[in-house]
Amino acid sequence: MKMFVCIKRVPDTSEADVKIDQTGKSVDSSRFSFGINDADNYAVEEAVLIKEARGGEIKFLCIGPKDSDVVIRMSLAKGGESAVRIEDPRINQKDPLQVAKVLAAAIKREQFDLVMTGCMSADDSNMSVGVALAEELGVSHAAMVKSVEILDGKIKVKRELEGGLTEVVEMSLPAVITIQTGINVPRYAPVRGIREAQKKELKVLKLEDLGLAEEEVSEAGSRVELMKLYIPVVASNAEMIQGTPDEKAEIMAVKMVKGGLL
Amino acid sequence: MDFRLNEEQQMIQNMVREFADKELAPVAARLDEEGEFPHEIIRKMGALGLFGLPFSEEYGGTGAGYLSYALAVEEISRACASTGITYAAHCSIGAGPIYLFGTPEQKKQWVMPCAQGKMLAAFGLTEPNAGSDAGGTQTTAVPDGDGWVLNGSKCFITNAGVAKVAVITAVTDKEKGSRGISSFVVPTDTPGFKVGQPYRKLGLNASDTREIILDNVRLPKESMLGKPGEGFKQFLIALDGGRISIGALSVGIAQACLDASLKYARERVQFDQPIAKFQAVQFKLADMKMKTELARTMVYKAAWLKDQGLAFSMEAAIAKLYASEAAMQNATEAVQIYGGYGYMKDYPVERYFRDAKLMEIGEGTSEIQRLVIARLLGC
Ligand SMILES: Cc1cc2nc3c(=O)[nH]c(=O)nc-3n(C[C@H](O)[C@H](O)[C@H](O)COP(=O)(O)OP(=O)(O)OC[C@H]3O[C@@H](n4cnc5c(N)ncnc54)[C@H](O)[C@@H]3O)c2cc1C
Ligand SMILES: Cc1cc2nc3c(=O)[nH]c(=O)nc-3n(C[C@H](O)[C@H](O)[C@H](O)COP(=O)(O)OP(=O)(O)OC[C@H]3O[C@@H](n4cnc5c(N)ncnc54)[C@H](O)[C@@H]3O)c2cc1C
Repeated sequence: MKMFVCIKRVPDTSEADVKIDQTGKSVDSSRFSFGINDADNYAVEEAVLIKEARGGEIKFLCIGPKDSDVVIRMSLAKGGESAVRIEDPRINQKDPLQVAKVLAAAIKREQFDLVMTGCMSADDSNMSVGVALAEELGVSHAAMVKSVEILDGKIKVKRELEGGLTEVVEMSLPAVITIQTGINVPRYAPVRGIREAQKKELKVLKLEDLGLAEEEVSEAGSRVELMKLYIPVVASNAEMIQGTPDEKAEIMAVKMVKGGLL
Repeated sequence: MDFRLNEEQQMIQNMVREFADKELAPVAARLDEEGEFPHEIIRKMGALGLFGLPFSEEYGGTGAGYLSYALAVEEISRACASTGITYAAHCSIGAGPIYLFGTPEQKKQWVMPCAQGKMLAAFGLTEPNAGSDAGGTQTTAVPDGDGWVLNGSKCFITNAGVAKVAVITAVTDKEKGSRGISSFVVPTDTPGFKVGQPYRKLGLNASDTREIILDNVRLPKESMLGKPGEGFKQFLIALDGGRISIGALSVGIAQACLDASLKYARERVQFDQPIAKFQAVQFKLADMKMKTELARTMVYKAAWLKDQGLAFSMEAAIAKLYASEAAMQNATEAVQIYGGYGYMKDYPVERYFRDAKLMEIGEGTSEIQRLVIARLLGC
């Protein structure tokens, strides 16, 4: 079983103050702390569990700057043989289709059985890279996967649907699955693994190494344009209704009828 | 000059932070309240290799170095200072002296399982009549046939009730004063090795602190650490390393105080605005941040010097002194920022306040650190 797991380094915005930067199209990330995208952490664990149970090989893939190495090596510390980091300022990371194209180019160079991504990234929340990646690779996919069972040349997964439904899907390999959080309990990387991870292969590639042309994956070649990023104003225009309870009820009812609510 | 942690150090810091946030932080208040020793958490820390950080691979460690170890102590202590002191005492002054001064056999027998998290260690130096003046040790070790017999008592010993091995100092030659003190590696299941009930403490209630009573404890010749009379010199060296870990522990508490205070100050509204908008509160927070950063920088520097094999006694004393006082000051301000709520057990700063005080006392009081620094200055 040869597995690829796509991991992204994202800011932890749960506690931080988020401010839009001067370009108006990005946030000021200078004071953020960064880590692995939450869902990707579960994908890493799922791959390691599969490898522990059935053997195989895991390769991590990441598009990102040098700072991502800590996140990549942390995954290597939990299991996995090698990693590829794609660093190229020409890649437009705002367009999930283009991100998928870059990832696919890196995966296609090798034989593969199973590709895992997180179901969603915590920063951009497109929920589309995994699915688009399957399309680029020309293989089947299942999104929002909550459990994985490896069969002979096939894979059986449970998917989480809206409204508490679960869907069971069987697909032939190779395939792409996007992992939902909660599928497992991600382990902590042991110190020994962290030490060994420093010696594992981590290749850094550029567009040329992947045989990609700039216009395929750059902003100029994207059909999506980020217009503006802003924090919505929290408006409050509450009107206090005065009077006796009966008067208040009447005023309220009139307002509701006028407003089309009743 | 490079002030950044390398990738491996960042990873160890991230991993321990995640572990502390998920496993320790949610239970720390309860452990303190119930005075419960976290056996299961200690087992997990051992399995992750945290106890092996400062020890070489040859003796079961991971060889990651003292700075990585300091990072781990800091992160653990940020969530739970009780677990921090259990960890620091085990590595720095429990297994530490055996690692520094033991024979290869002693290291294989004791450091290896300690580094692998299979047992805990304690260090018995302090006595009822010998605290800061540890040269005044009264416990005796008398030659007996082919070995030694120890008699006496030790007080305030961290891990005494949970350790499988303890390093114990005792007088082997009364005539020679502090040069007549030797140290011994004592398995805690040796007949005559007894421990008292846990002390009822101000803080660090989830750590195990007890009296050790040595009642005709018979030890083989090989249990001595180093040569006769080297005990005093040995514990001074072991305490140098220990001070870095108490410094790291203090930085953890100082940071916890800042985190809690900042969060609260932004949420708490008085006079129609968050109290963080008042300059008087802002200045407290700024000072807390400054002290935490300065303490951290000094602790990392001392640890780095130790990893480089350079002299670090002065820096370790400065780091311990500054960081412990920063922790106590931050804890005092944290309670102040929380107001009446800070005085209540429902909020964590009350625990930080009680835990922080030990940092100014254990492994050499603040006064003793100043004395050490002054002596190293040549006074
Ligand atoms: C932010 C976000 C959060 C999400 N959260 C969840 C979640 O919690 N759980 C979960 O399970 N999924 C979730 N999803 C997935 C989401 O439910 C699906 O993306 C969505 O239902 C569309 O399904 P699909 O992508 O398979 O598109 P498709 O079903 O392929 O549909 C795409 C479009 O094709 C057209 N179409 C399809 N069939 C027909 C038809 N019969 N007739 C006419 N037009 C048709 C429609 O215009 C339709 O909108 C989330 C997606 C996003 C973006
Ligand atoms: C929770 C806890 C855990 C501990 N764990 C351990 C352990 O694992 N192993 C161990 O061996 N010990 C341990 N100790 C003991 C600790 O190291 C001592 O309490 C400490 O060294 C101070 O000694 P003392 O209590 O006898 O105080 P004293 O030495 O009596 O000091 C009392 C006061 O006098 C001051 N003073 C003393 N001498 C001088 C001087 N020359 N100049 C100026 N001022 C001076 C001190 O600074 C202090 O303010 C622990 C203590 C506690 C509370």
